[in-house]
Amino acid sequence: MIAKRIIPCLDVKEGKVVKGTNFVGLRELGDPVEMASNYSKDGADEIIFLDISATNEGRQTMVDIVRRTAEQVFVPFTVGGGVRTIEDVNCLLKAGADKVGMNSAAVNNPQLITESSARFGAQCTVVAIDAKRVGDKWHVMTHGGSKDTGMDAIEWAKEAESRGAGEILLTSVDTDGVKDGYDLALTEAVVSAVRIPVIASGGVGKPEHFPEVFNQTDVSAGLAASIFHENTFTVKQVKEVCTEQGVNIREA
Amino acid sequence: MIAIVDYGMGNVASVRTAFQRLGYDVEITDSIERLKVASHIILPGVGSFQAAAREINQRHLAEPLRKLAEEKPFLGICLGMQLLFDKGYENGSSDGLGLIPGEVNRMETEYILPHIGWNQLQIENNNQAFAPFQDKHVYFVHSFQARTEQQYLVATADYGTKVPGIVQNGHVYGMQFHPEKSGEVGVDLLKVFMKETNSDRGQLA
Repeated sequence: MIAKRIIPCLDVKEGKVVKGTNFVGLRELGDPVEMASNYSKDGADEIIFLDISATNEGRQTMVDIVRRTAEQVFVPFTVGGGVRTIEDVNCLLKAGADKVGMNSAAVNNPQLITESSARFGAQCTVVAIDAKRVGDKWHVMTHGGSKDTGMDAIEWAKEAESRGAGEILLTSVDTDGVKDGYDLALTEAVVSAVRIPVIASGGVGKPEHFPEVFNQTDVSAGLAASIFHENTFTVKQVKEVCTEQGVNIREA
Repeated sequence: MIAIVDYGMGNVASVRTAFQRLGYDVEITDSIERLKVASHIILPGVGSFQAAAREINQRHLAEPLRKLAEEKPFLGICLGMQLLFDKGYENGSSDGLGLIPGEVNRMETEYILPHIGWNQLQIENNNQAFAPFQDKHVYFVHSFQARTEQQYLVATADYGTKVPGIVQNGHVYGMQFHPEKSGEVGVDLLKVFMKETNSDRGQLA
């Protein structure tokens, strides 16, 4: 059977991996290609780069990082952040990215999903959704989780699927950074609304949070950033905990 | 020299690096002259069957590729494997290269599609060369699958249906998953392909 995926996420700004969720007090952690390579050797099933560069130079640097990663890392990797046009998608795929994630640009122009899927295939079209609980619903947030679009996140996930998204990267703005585990209710709500793989994101503080989301929802993959950085926990440790708790994972 | 066929369907940097890591000289090309002097032909590919068939035809590569496959070891990866079969039905019906009998249809499974992620290989027909890869995880990403006869199956994966993972007809091989994205296991699989085809220059069945 297909294994649940463990995905480290690297936030990249102007060519360096940085730490710091609120775009303030960012601290450089190292070279993205080197870190991605180390994670893959440690058993990461996939890598996600989130480009938070503010400048054109920074985004150009990201393309070079993608090129070097494709030559040195032998697991799939996704690039997201700042993807606005079909040309941005093309440029990242050409440089060697396996998949491209689109977030705000897809909200503003859903046609971007349709075009990307038609031209490059569903398998490389990832729609990233930042969702926040509002009353008894979840709303789609943009601008790093700060702007409420008023859109229903579940409905948006369904639309993304119908437009040809191959995967949904679902981040809970409520649990992101809290380190108390994934947003299980949100994850389950989206997973049961669509028939494409969903990656859960936001809230991991310890390895046990992975088996929790895998055992309580039908999510396909779990993403985490901070617990893997600075060697708080390794991917290997997370996988050991998953195996102990009966989750089907890939032994690297 | 190993030639990777460049026909505009997806990035091939990782495929090239994987073979380079094994110590081979690799060239990415769509020149028939260069393909003719290669020892092995690698047909990669990401995208839809129809688009790929169109690209191959526009470059007048279909007939030369068929001929090359008679003469030398040939490996199709992902969409490149699907193109080895007679016909594909993604976005309508298109002709494949017809190197292995069979057709490519949308997967019929109760599970979600695309089939994305690491799935385990089950070795078929008691294949000896690939036996060490029983239960090993490799990275799949696809929604269409080949349907072929049991005799051409080297390995399959279970995704609510039996998914051909590695197929073979003589020295023509196909891998539905991405060996170049399957970590060390993937590189080892390419090594076995090279080893098997260096000793076996057999004809198509």
